[in-house]
Parts: sequence; C-alpha cells; structure tokens
Amino acid sequence: MELSLFDKELLNYLQGNIPICSRPFAKIAAEFGTDEETIITKIKQLKAAGYLRRIGTFFNSNNLGYVGTLVALKVSPEEIAPVAEAVNRYPEATHNYEREGKYNLWFTLLTRDSIQESNILNEIKNLPGVEDMLKLKSNKKYKVNVQFKLN
Amino acid sequence: MCNSNLTKTDEEIIKALQEDFPLCEEPYKVLAARAGVTEEEFLKRVQEFVAEKKIRKMGAVLRHREVGFKFNALCAWEVPPENLDAVAEIMSSHPAVSHCYDRNTAPNWNYNLYTMIHAKTREECDSIILELSQIAGVENYQVLYSKKEWKKTSMKYFKD
Repeated sequence: MELSLFDKELLNYLQGNIPICSRPFAKIAAEFGTDEETIITKIKQLKAAGYLRRIGTFFNSNNLGYVGTLVALKVSPEEIAPVAEAVNRYPEATHNYEREGKYNLWFTLLTRDSIQESNILNEIKNLPGVEDMLKLKSNKKYKVNVQFKLN
Repeated sequence: MCNSNLTKTDEEIIKALQEDFPLCEEPYKVLAARAGVTEEEFLKRVQEFVAEKKIRKMGAVLRHREVGFKFNALCAWEVPPENLDAVAEIMSSHPAVSHCYDRNTAPNWNYNLYTMIHAKTREECDSIILELSQIAGVENYQVLYSKKEWKKTSMKYFKD
C-alpha cells in the first residue's frame, strides 16, 4: 500500500493526539473535511498495512508508580541468543536490542518496585554467558516523543 | 503496592486503556464498559490522567521501519554534570531525537546522557550524531547501533 498525501497527513495527525471526547473520529473527520466513517476505515487500512505500531494510550510509567531502568549486558557472543531469549521471557522487559559494542545486549525493565527489579536483575546476571551488567538508572527524562513527520 | 494514589477503578481504567484502541464511533464507551464505569466518568478520568501526566499521550506510534526510518542508534554521551541540562536541551530540540534521558554512570562507563536517534540511512544517522556532537560541544560518546531487535512491546500495567 502506497501512502497518499491524505494518509500521510492523517498519520502525522494521529501521532499527535487523539481527542478525548465521545466521538474522537468525528472530531478528526471535521478537521480533515470528511466524515467519521472515512476516517475509521482509513485508520483500519493503515493498521492492517502495518504502518501503525500501536494506537491508543501511552503512559508515563514513573507516574503510575513503576520503577524503570536501562540495563546493558556484556554477553559472550555464542550465548547471546539464549540470554536474549531469557530476557524476553520477562514481561517486565519491554525493549531488548542486540547492539554493536562491548556491551552487546541492551534492555529496558519496568517493575512495580525496586525489590522486583533487583530480583530479576540477579537472575539475569547469573545466566551463563553474562560477563558484566550495567544498571543505568535515569533521573530525568528530557524528551520522550516518538513522532515521524511524513511529507 | 506503591500506587497509593490509584484506586481499584483507576487500575481498571488503565487496564482498559492499554489495550488496542477500538476503531469505532464511540471507542471510549467500549473501554468504559470494560472498566465497569460510565463513558462520562471514563472520559473525565482520562482527562485527569493527562493533566496529572500519568498519560503521556493518546495517539499513535508508527512502525518506523515501514515509514522509512530504518536506522536507529542509541547514543551515549559523556557530558560534564554542570552542562547536562543545557546539552540535553540542545539534543532534545533535534527532530531526529525521540528520547533523551540522563542516566547514572557505572565503573568504567562515564556516559551520563542517552539519546535515541532515528534516520533513513546509516550515513544520515552518523551525520546527525556528528551534528549533535558539534552543536552541543560533546566529544566523548559511543554510538550503539542496533544489530537485532529481540523485543519491542508496550508494558501491560497492573496485570497481577
């Protein structure tokens, strides 16, 4: 599916804010000079075509009381797949990337409290092939804004 | 546990919100029914969550590979602590930067600022990093290119 100009403008809009009101798609339709059904159908098509990773609510985990950290692992190259898979099995690990460099596996962990965090990190630290672990806690989030302007 | 300011109803509302947004005429009514509250109460609470910054945004996130942003790099910067806010502000203002966080250092790991950078090609990504380094005046940094995405999910809150 090729994106039309209308599609791109709609995707740009949707990345900003979905209105919080009873008929949000009618409100978007009014801005685009079309009707509610057209907008809903279009979003379904864009979703089915794989352009939308997620549509909905994005929370600030800290303000829900959750504790988060970035973790860097140095894993021996032959053990990277089993270690990555073991990390993946924790629902609390939300993003997990193999990266170039001395620390070759990077994941984010979100837990209800710091006790659960240290329990999980202790388990991961003891996996075969894990040679080093950095717990990189953030104190300040300067920017969280995943938006790609399409034109 | 540590969410003393959230009621049981709040948790039900959050659980309903974190699932896929219904693509129908009255999506909030559908979610409100799942949370066991009226649409009116649900909308009011969502607006309050936004005001309290519990909700960062209601909206969409694109699959950036599909829309052409194939390369992402996590870049770790070593910034003098007294310049951290100023440097972070410069980096955050760049449109290719989606995330900018400070982070604690570790032994033999002096990087204290992290940016996620998205670009269409690796060359473009490299040139953005060079540009950031120059405009922010930070010489020590590591570019951590992704080799493989093992997992990318959204957290499911209050599941147990």
